[in-house]
Amino acid sequence: MIRNNEKRKETILGIFLLLLLLAVMTFIDAKLPSYHIAIKVIKKASVYALVAVSMNLLNGFTGLFSLGQAGFMLLGAYTYAVLSIPVGKRAGVYQYFDGGWIQFSIPEFFSEHLGETFGLNMGIIIALLLGGLVAAFFAYLIGLPVLRLKSDYLAIATLGFAEILRAFFQWKKLGPLTNGSNLLKSYPDFGSATGYIVLIGIFIALIVLLVNSTYGRAFKAIRDDEIAAEAMGINLAKHKRMAFIISSFFAGIGGGMLAMYMGTLQALSFKSTMTYEILLVVVMGGIGSITGSVITSFLYIASMEWLLRGLDSGTFLGINAPGLFKNGFRMAVVSLIIMVVVLFFSKGIMGDREFSVKGLIRLFGGKKAKENAGGDGNV
Amino acid sequence: MSEIILSVKDLQVNYGGIEAVKGISFDVPKGEIVTLIGANGAGKSTTLKSVVGLVKPKSGSIQFNRKELIGMDTTAIVSKGITLVPEGRRVFPDLTVLENIKIGAYLRNDDLSGDIAWVYDLFPRLKEREWQLAGTLSGGEQQMLAVARALMSRPKVIMMDEPSLGLAPLIVKGIFDIIKEINKQGVTVLLIEQNANMALKIADYAYVLETGRITLSGSGAELLSNDEVKKAYLGK
Repeated sequence: MIRNNEKRKETILGIFLLLLLLAVMTFIDAKLPSYHIAIKVIKKASVYALVAVSMNLLNGFTGLFSLGQAGFMLLGAYTYAVLSIPVGKRAGVYQYFDGGWIQFSIPEFFSEHLGETFGLNMGIIIALLLGGLVAAFFAYLIGLPVLRLKSDYLAIATLGFAEILRAFFQWKKLGPLTNGSNLLKSYPDFGSATGYIVLIGIFIALIVLLVNSTYGRAFKAIRDDEIAAEAMGINLAKHKRMAFIISSFFAGIGGGMLAMYMGTLQALSFKSTMTYEILLVVVMGGIGSITGSVITSFLYIASMEWLLRGLDSGTFLGINAPGLFKNGFRMAVVSLIIMVVVLFFSKGIMGDREFSVKGLIRLFGGKKAKENAGGDGNV
Repeated sequence: MSEIILSVKDLQVNYGGIEAVKGISFDVPKGEIVTLIGANGAGKSTTLKSVVGLVKPKSGSIQFNRKELIGMDTTAIVSKGITLVPEGRRVFPDLTVLENIKIGAYLRNDDLSGDIAWVYDLFPRLKEREWQLAGTLSGGEQQMLAVARALMSRPKVIMMDEPSLGLAPLIVKGIFDIIKEINKQGVTVLLIEQNANMALKIADYAYVLETGRITLSGSGAELLSNDEVKKAYLGK
């Protein structure tokens, strides 16, 4: 009974915190213009959070070391853009390919039938989900051969897949679909950062539910010991494929949202560097910690895009030293920070633990909470 | 002798490039404890792995309740009611004790609470450590967890691969007491051991395996007093 009461208190506090976050977001959205750096950081960081969590699902929870993330993001991004560019603007975008093959736009279609704002947003979400499905379908196809590989070999195969895909999308013959190596643009955006936060919050919540389900336990068992997992009757091939497909699905959605954030889309930007950046976020946050990935995404993007910008442009923290703070110094500082984090938190900021309401209560509640601390692996 | 639940005939298995099992046959009667003893490399583990489908045999037959198991995958075999406690325990170190226990019931869709209570009853120590990561348990506790995990699939036959490996004598005794207890509750046990003394004491029937062949068989008591067995396995 006491336990139930505690649980309810935690849930209420958790919901309260989420609502508070939402209120703050709406406030920021209303106060700041959409080109403000804070809005940009929130958008990009939330996209990175989703992609990092999807990578963590595969690398951290199932123990499959895959480096195909940028490839699946590319698939999602292109699917979203190609399906969303308004029909009227296609002639301009596909100027070298006679307006392209596809002559419809999902968000446009929905905004005509379901009302301007609601329909447009619905259309965007549906196009994003389709992007996820395309990525998932490709994951199924390449999963059939490559998931037989182990550790490094799987990483090499998936990395190769992503690189081939990037080249393939720039192929001239596919131009009427992908616009070749030219930009795709003019597709719609949510406009507000709140849209990003809410949508990505829902997706991450779905991944959390999955990780805590029976399937999630099976994934973790495979990660810990494949042979023992198989002896328990867990079908290895099936579960690995499932984790790979689900991870790619969310990476595809993340890719679509990244395209939306960037405003213009080019296959060239989905380099392996992007995968490494996400891997960096996953490792620094803690392999096997969802909240770790989320927190680190925000810290990483905020530092890279905003807080440390001054290191490249002369003035940082009020110190004006144009001789030292010039192009490239920011990356040197970031590298240093990463080294320090890796040295002092060898398992990442969160390790494999999760940030939880219970942990918060314990942190601020002091004695009473400590007595109830069962030590269930949470912070 | 009661009804045969598991029957192995002329089993031949190649494992890691060598002929590990060279045509062995043995029967496991329902409700009994049967043990295979033998030195390292005699083919004991390979035999158990073949039964549960982790290794594909070259020829022969493995029948469970008169149904052929060779050719079925592990998932199907486990759901039929055979489970393996692997050598070296192999608990999932980064999962909690409770999660490990639940994984054992992975193929079941019914309510687990009764079975969880049952294994906690058998191993009260695990109840105390419910929230602890399995990797932080002692060797003996990990072995208990491995057995508890296997029991969660509600097996008709539980196969144990060297449960005494690397454990202190007192702990080994505890583990063997539990094996007897599980057997008393109706689970058939197929045990393989290098610790021949302990295994023969609790076994209803025993087979001696040498370099892939069965060289001797008899009741536990018979083999305990057999001169060859004494010399080769009991150090007397």
